[in-house]
Amino acid sequence: MTANVGIVGIGHTRFGNSSEYDLADVMAYAATDALQDAEFLERRREIDQVIVGNMASGLFCHQSAVASSLVSRMDMEPVPAELVENGPASGASAIKIGYMAVASGMADIVLVAGGEVMRKVSGWTATENVATMLHTEAEYNMGLTLPAFGGMFTRLYMEKYGLTERDLALLAVKNHKNGAKNIYAHIQLPCTIEAIADGPEAAVVNNYIAEPLRMYSTCPVSDGGAALLLVNMDSPKAKYFKKQPVRIAGIGSATDTHCVHNRKDPLRLEAVRLAAEKAYRMAGVGPADISFAELHDAFSILELAISEEVGFFERGTSYLAVRKGETDIDGRLPINSSGGLKAKGHPVGATGVSQVVELVRQLRGEAEEGRQVKDPRYGMSVNFGGFGNNVVALICAKVEG
Amino acid sequence: MAIDEMERKLRPPEIALKPYLPKIITLASGEKMVVREARREETGTLLGTIYPLIGVPTDFYDIVAVRMYAELLGWYRYRVANEFVIVGAIDGVIAGLVTSRHVSSKLGMSLHTLTIKRGLRVGAQLFAAKMEHHLDDLGEEEVHIVAESPNGFKRWMIEYQLEDRSSQFPDVRHELGGVPTYVLTRKLWEAVRDIKCTGTRPVVEQDLKSAEKLIMPSEYPQIPGFKR
Repeated sequence: MTANVGIVGIGHTRFGNSSEYDLADVMAYAATDALQDAEFLERRREIDQVIVGNMASGLFCHQSAVASSLVSRMDMEPVPAELVENGPASGASAIKIGYMAVASGMADIVLVAGGEVMRKVSGWTATENVATMLHTEAEYNMGLTLPAFGGMFTRLYMEKYGLTERDLALLAVKNHKNGAKNIYAHIQLPCTIEAIADGPEAAVVNNYIAEPLRMYSTCPVSDGGAALLLVNMDSPKAKYFKKQPVRIAGIGSATDTHCVHNRKDPLRLEAVRLAAEKAYRMAGVGPADISFAELHDAFSILELAISEEVGFFERGTSYLAVRKGETDIDGRLPINSSGGLKAKGHPVGATGVSQVVELVRQLRGEAEEGRQVKDPRYGMSVNFGGFGNNVVALICAKVEG
Repeated sequence: MAIDEMERKLRPPEIALKPYLPKIITLASGEKMVVREARREETGTLLGTIYPLIGVPTDFYDIVAVRMYAELLGWYRYRVANEFVIVGAIDGVIAGLVTSRHVSSKLGMSLHTLTIKRGLRVGAQLFAAKMEHHLDDLGEEEVHIVAESPNGFKRWMIEYQLEDRSSQFPDVRHELGGVPTYVLTRKLWEAVRDIKCTGTRPVVEQDLKSAEKLIMPSEYPQIPGFKR
């Protein structure tokens, strides 16, 4: 199913600590930002559909039905609203459902908002809450968490391909450098390789979270919201919008076994590969056409593994490209120009939408000085649910005016 | 009795404490933080540093700042026994400070930890330095610890897995208001020292010199738009 769907408005909160705020307020802030960007705030009741991406408001905020709450907070009744949940890929799934609503002809204008407020609880409880998406009997009840999986995955990759902890630190340096320039990033502090890997105090400054994963190889627990306004560009309503849209060129998603141990090769992220292939096919492009990418680096190892699965690098070689600076902002293929989940932050329900906000900012040429990708045409995002068992890949394209 | 003599009688007996040797830590940002003991004559700069935070309720900065203000003034006026203050400075600018008290050869009383520069675990490093002084330098067997904020609870009670002695109240009680008392024992410290406490000694002359004169911060992440 292909349709001519454009993104005409983007909104974003600064990720970080919004624990004093209600989740609906956080999402309403981002949604209002998107509507203002599209110059459509006053006409918001003409929106055909609201889709909200959220992973676990019930666990984090003791709050449910957040789509209804958002519509009410935005004074948008009677616009229809539904919630989409797909773990940490909820945001990208919400975009996919929004796209489908337009493609089906049921809607011409769709507001997609993603959000999560995770810091009302301690970091340990947040980790525990996120772990509830693992297989109940085989994983969660055994005490496994996502950082534990990240650690084991990293160890396997190191043993097979020769990755070192210093390589992971290089990723952190790159992503923090980008995040330091991103006004929406949770952590706007650059870090140095000496401080987090080479220096005598590095082992404590950059302490282990789940060996061999260290603090600077692991995303922070963040609050935040992001929003997009989607429009059927073939509809007469498209003329309401003055800004040049960014087109959603491809969407693909796929699932993999819930239990990681059931995979033939635990280092393979089949759902990532399949989702990317579908997105490429729909967009009519391949990995070589992608100008830059936002990849789901909840743990730094995932940036590497995902970049290989989507075809940017040969298996086991992506870290060599990082060493050469190929994924830097001025490199051959910039990855995580936003700072990635590592520096920008990871409010789980918001992340997939936030990644696409970054694609739009880059394709519009609106990224901050020092982190604008040169002449981008296609941007790709990969939003990773579970430990790779439900993945959504998106490709956005610049529309020449 | 002369006024000066009366005032001297108000002072607590003092035990000469072993000094805390300066160390230097390269923070994740690459900035170098000198961690050293503050001198009594620097109290004015320290008070001026924390004064603006007295009005910041977020993350309980207000109560930590106001209590630390009193502790520093008490130290300056000789109203607290065996208090010591450790400061972290980046290019001389105060990034954070801790207060504490040596009670006896067996017991230390941790007072407060206040972080000004955030996001770089400055507070965590200074708290570790305080425990290092209590247990490694002063040779105490345990340190009583309380927290004013959930952040403190996460950083100290949970990360250090401190012993909860609150059920032993009033036999075990921290000096700060009788709130639940947690304890860092020597055994616990030895289990976490290598992952919590770091720093290079000796500090080279040039770095030491950079922290010789303490400077009050000109900006506070806790107070947007602050101007001194």
